[in-house]
Amino acid sequence: MKDFREKLRGDYLLFLLTGASASSVFIIIGLIVYKLIEGSWLSIQRFGIGFLIGTEWDPAISQNFGALPLISGTLVTSGIALLIGVPISLGVGLVLSEYMPRQLSFATSFVIELLAAIPSVIYGLWGIFTLAPFLRDNVYPYLQALLGFTPLFSGPIYGGGVLTAGIILAIMIIPTISSISRDVFSAVPNSQREAVISLGATRWETVKIVMSYARSGVIGAVLLGLGRAVGETMAVTMVIGNRFQVFPSSLFDAWYTLAAIIANEFTEATYDLYLSALIEVGLVLFLFTLMINILARIIILRALGPMRGIARE
Amino acid sequence: MRGSEMYHYRMRRLVDGLMRVLVWLALVVALIPLFSILGEVFSKGAPHLNMDVLISPMPTVGEQGGGIGNAIQGTLITIFLASIIGVPLGVLSGIFLSEYGEFKLSSAVRFFNDVLSGFPSIVIGIFSYTIIVTSIGFSVMAAAFALAIIMIPIITRTTEEALKIVPLTVREAALALGISRWKTLIYIVIRGAKRGIATGILLAIARVAGESAPILITMGYWRWWFSGLNKPVANLALNIYLFAVSPFDNWRNLAWLSALTLTAMILMINVVMRIFTKEKYI
Repeated sequence: MKDFREKLRGDYLLFLLTGASASSVFIIIGLIVYKLIEGSWLSIQRFGIGFLIGTEWDPAISQNFGALPLISGTLVTSGIALLIGVPISLGVGLVLSEYMPRQLSFATSFVIELLAAIPSVIYGLWGIFTLAPFLRDNVYPYLQALLGFTPLFSGPIYGGGVLTAGIILAIMIIPTISSISRDVFSAVPNSQREAVISLGATRWETVKIVMSYARSGVIGAVLLGLGRAVGETMAVTMVIGNRFQVFPSSLFDAWYTLAAIIANEFTEATYDLYLSALIEVGLVLFLFTLMINILARIIILRALGPMRGIARE
Repeated sequence: MRGSEMYHYRMRRLVDGLMRVLVWLALVVALIPLFSILGEVFSKGAPHLNMDVLISPMPTVGEQGGGIGNAIQGTLITIFLASIIGVPLGVLSGIFLSEYGEFKLSSAVRFFNDVLSGFPSIVIGIFSYTIIVTSIGFSVMAAAFALAIIMIPIITRTTEEALKIVPLTVREAALALGISRWKTLIYIVIRGAKRGIATGILLAIARVAGESAPILITMGYWRWWFSGLNKPVANLALNIYLFAVSPFDNWRNLAWLSALTLTAMILMINVVMRIFTKEKYI
């Protein structure tokens, strides 16, 4: 009887220890929310909702802080990233699940996922010295010649800027979106494909059915990619030019994002309100990514249903 | 077939062929940046690689020579400290999710772990700033704390997956012999999942080794060697940023060299991990 009780005590201890560790995730997330609000309280009190719609960022003289240009900069660069990245990622996902033999597909997925393993700062380094000069000399002049009549593609070309930031973000979200969409495509039952093929459909017509079957999972994957693009810091700050302005004159012009301004100015914030405003920028960024991530996770879990665990990041 | 049917059939074949070319093209386009990055990092970093550079500290402005010795030391110390917090918490959480998966709490933990892993690392840097930097100042402790939080969800997930691979029958066999649950877990189940758990930890280390945004917020730049837990240390990834935007050739060379060192380390961990498990990086 004594042995038995000891045995139970050990089990109980194991349960408590692991349970407490597992619950720490709630404490961490709760503390993050609390500390971010506490840190930005000064700025919240001072500017209120005006912080979100203000277009002035002047730490030197007026000490007014508004984040609207940062929010739009973040949304525009992430939007460009999705425009470029999503079609490519879907293509990669389709090749991996529908067009390639299984063994080759495993190896190729691994290589694609290596893209996610490369640190952000190395993307930035490559962006400054390889991608930006390449785009400046070989792509942007032609783009301008072709579409220069619109304000989007007019103006001087530096190499860096909004479009370059969007392109680098697109590259960074490709592994996320393509690997999850491959999982979602592969989860489509073969009976669906067989039914369509038996009606005489071509490969592409079959793939279209697979895609419509997997639609919600793909939306989840895209949202997850968006979450990554919105929070991306170092690579963006190294190529976007870091200029605070309401609207850049063109896609070749410099701009700013929420994450980039934190990286640039956080260690130089010389007084409390300045620091508080930067922490509030962090809070806004946090809320954006929180919403996107929760939505993405719910959609993916629903889409994969019993196949949980596959698309978890 | 009538003419119009023939035409329709040809169009379908044409679209089919076109889309086949497009999806393969997408794969090629996606792979170009990877090979370009690896090629550039190797070709621009390798020529500057020698023993001296790996052990000398960072040069001052205008100084020739110098190296990344202190950055390598600092990165290793930061990762080590982060692991002291992150590894036990992550592994224990993973054990909970795999062994007590039937609890309602588990699915909530799993969900919020996934959500936490999606937070931008710079936000976690700010969090560490508000908790640690405001009390003891910019320090390796603050950086390690931030990195630990980034590690936890990764290790939790990989540990859970590794433990789930151990068949239920193994647990049942042990329990049927009257061995208590915790002894079954520690002496039998974990032994079977050892390799999976270890690679998960390595994976988390590879991820945080490349983090620079939270390092910038919690430590800033540091030119010297390690000089106490309440002081900053140098960092490889952050040095790349500092060196890359500098106007000095010497520093830019060091940026590529740091990138080479970091990439080699991270790729090695990933390849080793892939050989041992089928776990995904993302």
